[in-house]
Amino acid sequence: MPTFFETRQLVAPGDLLAEGTYVAGENTYKENNKIYASRLGLVQYEDKKVNVVALRAFYIPKLGDTIIGTIVEVGFSGWTLDINSPYLAILRASEVLSRPFRPQENELSKVLDVGDLVIAKIMAYDRAHDPRLTVGEPGLGKITRGQVVKMTPTKIPRVIGRKGSMVSMIKQETDCHIILGQNGVILITGKSLKDEQLAMMALRKIECESHTSGLTDRVSQMIKKEKAKQKEELNSESKT
Amino acid sequence: MSQKPEKLIDKKGLRLDGRKPEELRSIKIEVGILPNADGSAYIQQGKNKILAGVYGPRELHPKHLALPDRTVLRCRYHMAPFSVQERKSPAPSRRDIELSKVIREALEPSIFLEYYPRTGIDIFVEILQADGGTRCASITAAALALADAGIPMRDLVVACAAGKADDTIVLDLMDTEDKKGGADVPVALMPNLNAITLLQMDGILTFEEFEKAVNLALKGCRKIYTMQKEALKAKYESVKEVEE
Repeated sequence: MPTFFETRQLVAPGDLLAEGTYVAGENTYKENNKIYASRLGLVQYEDKKVNVVALRAFYIPKLGDTIIGTIVEVGFSGWTLDINSPYLAILRASEVLSRPFRPQENELSKVLDVGDLVIAKIMAYDRAHDPRLTVGEPGLGKITRGQVVKMTPTKIPRVIGRKGSMVSMIKQETDCHIILGQNGVILITGKSLKDEQLAMMALRKIECESHTSGLTDRVSQMIKKEKAKQKEELNSESKT
Repeated sequence: MSQKPEKLIDKKGLRLDGRKPEELRSIKIEVGILPNADGSAYIQQGKNKILAGVYGPRELHPKHLALPDRTVLRCRYHMAPFSVQERKSPAPSRRDIELSKVIREALEPSIFLEYYPRTGIDIFVEILQADGGTRCASITAAALALADAGIPMRDLVVACAAGKADDTIVLDLMDTEDKKGGADVPVALMPNLNAITLLQMDGILTFEEFEKAVNLALKGCRKIYTMQKEALKAKYESVKEVEE
């Protein structure tokens, strides 16, 4: 039962990863007792399971995921949202308006209009139907301020870090509130634009170096350095 | 170009551009060069210059084309007006439409179409400069663009042609050899699965010659495959260096 690569090695679609009684995990497939990669990424062998962490992928809706979407269409009884996925999502008017909804009286574009960003949860999705969204939980709904960063959805787990270590560190260091959409859209809200920009820099760094180890420490160092630099600038400004 | 050269193969057994019969043209491949497309690739094979761009999977328009059980793969092969010596009309010709179909069918087996029902994947292949064997180079580039877009694939697809110039079986025909030569056999291959996804022949070959041509083309495919994979990985190699 040989394996043909080492963990963390870069593989291309079609590369033979393992032979024998292995289990095909993410981004792999099994044929004739052989496991092949189906996406470009980094291979991982865990016991009997073979995974490929994809470097490029798109978001496939999953029940209960929190996502951030953009409204692309206002219909008669709801909205259509772009959620950075092959499928458009539907948000029904009755989910947003608590009162009974009458199409004649309520104009939906006054509530949410094209271009608005919404934090929502996936309420229903399967192969045959487009995903349906809900905003009926605390913390969900229209975004009114902050900065949005987009990255490939496979990198979101890296931003969260082990047990949320990475994201909580950034939150603490930059004093920003961060909401991670599982679809690769991230919202940052802070007290000032400078704080938000700092958090955005940190996220960009994670995106570029997502598969390197010891990243949390390096990102925290970078933030501290930037903060010191900002303070210095502030001091020199106040002097002149 | 318009005059017929006396011989396609000289006394030393070399071809018009100095290649040996079983030698490929020089190949340069780059991946991910179009930021506006989901995935892209560029290939230079001899004088061929080809760009491939991929979008999707995405909402399919017009919607009535969508299938309930799988993705619809669409492909457009297009030659730029300046890609050949005599200006080519930019409108899709009969040949363009046929090659679009051939390229699509060569790539279809490599993609997990059933993963994303009701969506579409679009491939655009733009021939900037043509010098024979563009369908093969297009397949090689389009497969890379698909992989670059993060579309799950069984294997990469790589294509190469073999044919007959004068009486010799030669690899990777260029335009003059294709037009004045005896036959042309383009082959597309999924190298790891060892499966042929395209096999055409135009011209006349004996059975033995055909077999020889196919085997030669397969050998060419495998050579191009190593370059193809290298190019795909090269895009992300820079990221890896940070780690080490």
